[in-house]
Amino acid sequence: MEALAITLTVFLLAMFVGFEVITKVPPTLHTPLTSGSNAISGITLVGAILSAGLQLTTLTTVLGFLAVVFATINVVGGFLVTHRMLRMFKRK
Amino acid sequence: MRLALVNLSYLVASVLFILTFKGLSHPRTAVRANLMGSVGMLIAVVATLLLLDWSQGVQRYGVIFAGLAVGSVVGALLALKIRMTAMPQMVALLNGFGGAASTLVAGAALFEELARGRMPSNQFTVATVASGIIGAVTFWGSLVAFAKLEEILPGRPILFGGRQAVNVALLAISLLLGAGLVARPDLVWLYWAIVVFSAILGVTSVIPVGGADMPVVICLLNSYSGLAACATGFVLDNNMLIIAGSLVGASGIILSEIMCRAMNRSLGNVLFGGVGAEIVTGAAADAVYAGRVKAASAEVIAMVLASARRVVIVPGYGMAVSQAQHAVRDLANLLESRGAEVEFGVHPVAGRMPGHMNVLLAEADIPYDKVKEMDAINPSFAQTDAVIVIGANDVVNPLARTDPKSPIAGMPILDVDKARTVIVIKRSLSPGFAGIPNPLFAADTTLRYFGDGKKAVLDLVDALKQENHLVRPDNQASTRAQ
Repeated sequence: MEALAITLTVFLLAMFVGFEVITKVPPTLHTPLTSGSNAISGITLVGAILSAGLQLTTLTTVLGFLAVVFATINVVGGFLVTHRMLRMFKRK
Repeated sequence: MRLALVNLSYLVASVLFILTFKGLSHPRTAVRANLMGSVGMLIAVVATLLLLDWSQGVQRYGVIFAGLAVGSVVGALLALKIRMTAMPQMVALLNGFGGAASTLVAGAALFEELARGRMPSNQFTVATVASGIIGAVTFWGSLVAFAKLEEILPGRPILFGGRQAVNVALLAISLLLGAGLVARPDLVWLYWAIVVFSAILGVTSVIPVGGADMPVVICLLNSYSGLAACATGFVLDNNMLIIAGSLVGASGIILSEIMCRAMNRSLGNVLFGGVGAEIVTGAAADAVYAGRVKAASAEVIAMVLASARRVVIVPGYGMAVSQAQHAVRDLANLLESRGAEVEFGVHPVAGRMPGHMNVLLAEADIPYDKVKEMDAINPSFAQTDAVIVIGANDVVNPLARTDPKSPIAGMPILDVDKARTVIVIKRSLSPGFAGIPNPLFAADTTLRYFGDGKKAVLDLVDALKQENHLVRPDNQASTRAQ
């Protein structure tokens, strides 16, 4: 129960930080914001690696492998396409 | 010790993720911000690999490296090949993959607990259920959004009777099954049943939404993919996942709210309203347009543009469809070389996702400081000599201000009708997404140029160059007098 209180604290504080920081992103950058935050949501990759590495049962290894593939597409594709877009934004 | 080091690395990664969002507050710092995010991800992945037991050699973990390699190749190919006009599809697909990964990880974690003979705690199972539901809805909802944007499925809303009741029932079933799993975590089939019902919910909740409402859906799915990662963080007791997931969740919620406000609609109306399913009949259109629409020649328009001191270009998705961005840039450069001030006015829902139009203009080398958002450009229209509307319709329809019964009543629009002359480039008088006629097209100050966006702009560029030769001395004199 104590551990839950700590994780809930982290969750709520992170939400507040998120709202504060993201409301300052200008509309010009809303597409890169979406694709970049997309890449960050691929953080599940960490859990996927642990499952694929633990190899407790065949089922969990297969699920872990699939999750690693999906999350890596998300991470690599997300950061790369965001980089491609942001490099196009130039001043006069 | 090793665990502490790994947790510290996770903390560093979390801080880098926050700095990523902070750096996205300006185009100047945005490239570096995105790189910081990718470094954060790299640190997180390497730290996690350190948690594994490497005493039995590298080959034991071949499955991880195979997954990383396959994912990297597919991700890189997608990112490098995708056209900028197709960015919404790409983001939809990536959202879906993130959601699917979270569902799979939460499921695997549950099966691992059971295989070890441990009874998972309530926090663990509640979070697993949340991850299963949100992740599956995200994956299947995103696939439907992708198919609609890619026009594999028809873009118009696909409505079926009692769809709200169906969605509520599906959610209720998923939650009931979830309650069952919390009570009896050993009943593994419950988890799969949750995933199946949530998958159906993902399909049935996105399929009634029309193509032009996709920006909202994409933002929402973006938010879900973050919340799924967050739920997985609660399953694994991992603060980094919780922090990163809630940042993404917050981002998606903020963006969907901005999009809804830009259309003056509630989130519920977008998701359940099915707007755009019926097309308003032509009678109303005849009354608005009859005998009043002036089609102008390229020469006449060039003459207007030649004498304009300030020109605002208002692009809509139609411009992107006809790939006219580069021609529009040439027209803007030509006008500037004649001494006119040129700016671009972009409505929040001009593209197929938030900020889409800005990316398309940036791709055509149009400097971002010339591209203004709606609130910044609206006060300037009264001092604008000519507005060129290309491929936009509903977002410049004055009915939003004047007709309280109109489907777009109250929607904030670009007040182009306040400008001295409005030049509208459009293929025909066909209505926009809202299915209503646009009195702007029949206004006295409006000049219509019928044609495909790209070809029409090229015609105008040619005509303006001709004009250049004819009135050059005059123009120079007036520039000097300024």
